[in-house]
Amino acid sequence: MISVRGLAHRYGGQEALRLADWRVAQGDRWLILGPSGCGKTTLLHVLAGLVRPSEGQVEVAGESLLRLEGARLDRWRATTVGIVLQALHLVKHLSVRDNLRLAQYLAKTPQDDARIDDTLGALGVGAKSARRPSELSQGEQQRVAIARAVVNRPKLVLADEPTANLDDASAATVVDLLAEQAARHGATLVVATHDARVKGKFRERLEL
Amino acid sequence: MNLATLSASYLRARPLNTALSVILLALGVATIVLLLLVVGQAEERMQRDARGIDLVVGAKGSPMQLMLSGIYHLDAPTGNIPLSSAAALSRNRMVKRAIPLALGDSWKGHRIVGAGKEYAEHYGANLSAGRFYEKPMEAVLGAEVAARTGSAVGATFKGAHGLGGEGDEHEDAYTVVGILAKSNSVIDRLVLTSIESVWEIHEEHGAGHNPPKDEAREVTVVLLQYASPLAAATLPRQINSQSDLQAASPAYETARLFSIVGVGIDALRGFAAVLILAAGLSVFIALYSALEERRYELAVMRTLGASPGKLFGLLIGEAFVLSLLGVVLGLLLGHGLASILGAWLEHQQHYPVTGLEWRPEELWVAGIALGVGVVAAIVPAWRAYRTDVSRTLARG
Repeated sequence: MISVRGLAHRYGGQEALRLADWRVAQGDRWLILGPSGCGKTTLLHVLAGLVRPSEGQVEVAGESLLRLEGARLDRWRATTVGIVLQALHLVKHLSVRDNLRLAQYLAKTPQDDARIDDTLGALGVGAKSARRPSELSQGEQQRVAIARAVVNRPKLVLADEPTANLDDASAATVVDLLAEQAARHGATLVVATHDARVKGKFRERLEL
Repeated sequence: MNLATLSASYLRARPLNTALSVILLALGVATIVLLLLVVGQAEERMQRDARGIDLVVGAKGSPMQLMLSGIYHLDAPTGNIPLSSAAALSRNRMVKRAIPLALGDSWKGHRIVGAGKEYAEHYGANLSAGRFYEKPMEAVLGAEVAARTGSAVGATFKGAHGLGGEGDEHEDAYTVVGILAKSNSVIDRLVLTSIESVWEIHEEHGAGHNPPKDEAREVTVVLLQYASPLAAATLPRQINSQSDLQAASPAYETARLFSIVGVGIDALRGFAAVLILAAGLSVFIALYSALEERRYELAVMRTLGASPGKLFGLLIGEAFVLSLLGVVLGLLLGHGLASILGAWLEHQQHYPVTGLEWRPEELWVAGIALGVGVVAAIVPAWRAYRTDVSRTLARG
């Protein structure tokens, strides 16, 4: 599913990430661990095709990311990768349902309200579909962000510090939900975190 | 979900900014549309009323006043001229047609014009009821006069001295013998009678005197049509050289009138252009200042698969929706104001203006206003296009 060889990335001459070799099989669940500034977010962005690495080879879902660019890369990202961000960043002026519709629209997949209902229902926020993000609790927003990441049935789900600023119970729930949703759709899950509370959640770990 | 609904949703979420931009643009568009309608209709109407009249001849005074009173019946006449002078003009070889008019009275604010049948024929006015006047103190009403006063054939009325309808009533009454069909010309607003009627009414004022002989009789103006283009060069000068006559060219005086009024119209146009530019600036400020708070939203859309071009299109789309709302509102407002102005002018018995007419120039106004709005969005849209997703998300 993921194959990384000789990866390095520098911002303005300063090395932000170095990873010699890393392979991930389809359906695996991985934790990327390390302190702040070690390159966890950069690695996720490389895997999502948001950053072109300074060196190395990266293959995701059978595509060499160095060969993808422009509209093909955008389309690949929309259909292959789902991303959950630390700060969630739901679109404030859209309802929960429209946030998921937006993901379908930008991925150029047919608008499928049944799938949206199914996804929101599976995450326990089916009754909130008409609400704006500001009308939801932090936990509910977290679930909607996960729903938005998986609504297009991506092969790879990336989560960047999804448990930051959450209490212990919520942190455990979010990681469980991510794992559950990835498993439900047969997706590979990669979670970047420096949160010690979730270290024992997955067997596969990459220390940066 | 598409770019349009996404843009509309964003604009709905910021009602104050959206309303400000839309209102500014609407006011600019409405001002220009109102000017287009009023000036355009006035020009058309004045051209139509002056068609076939090459020269207005009357008493010495202001040539513009002579034209306004003689053709458009908007101002007071400059005075009267001897009937013999009018007769001499009609015999002049450079004159194809001469229509003498006798003015001085009005009825309920409508001017009573003493003229021959050829005056109505000149404007192509046909009778919708009754017959044309054949003897003194018979009158034919223009279509608007008949509609406004509710008078029909057989009705009688007394004219008042002066043109404002506030003078003393004459003792003798006119009898309405005919009603003209609407001709969309100045004649719709007039009461026509024979020149003899006007003379008779005014001789009544000097009771006890014998009726004057033809040599002593007067008319107010003579409308002339040239027999040849050469007449345009010589006839006005020839007439103006006579001590008691003055010639005014409608074409020249109308152009002069619009050049005088045009200063004010240009100032209003300039003001409207400033409003449209201010609206463009408002669109720019609204979108540009919102970029900072939207940077995560735009970056997230990139992670969801939006291309940079789509983000560019999104912001341009938002500006387009804003501008379109402003243009539509501005067009409606402009036409609404023209209708209100038209109703007021009609009440004042001035030149009619309608808001129900659409002018081709409005398409240009709409296009320019839309263009200004969209151009104002280019810089914010370009910044959205250049969003560095990774850096933005790493910050938040």
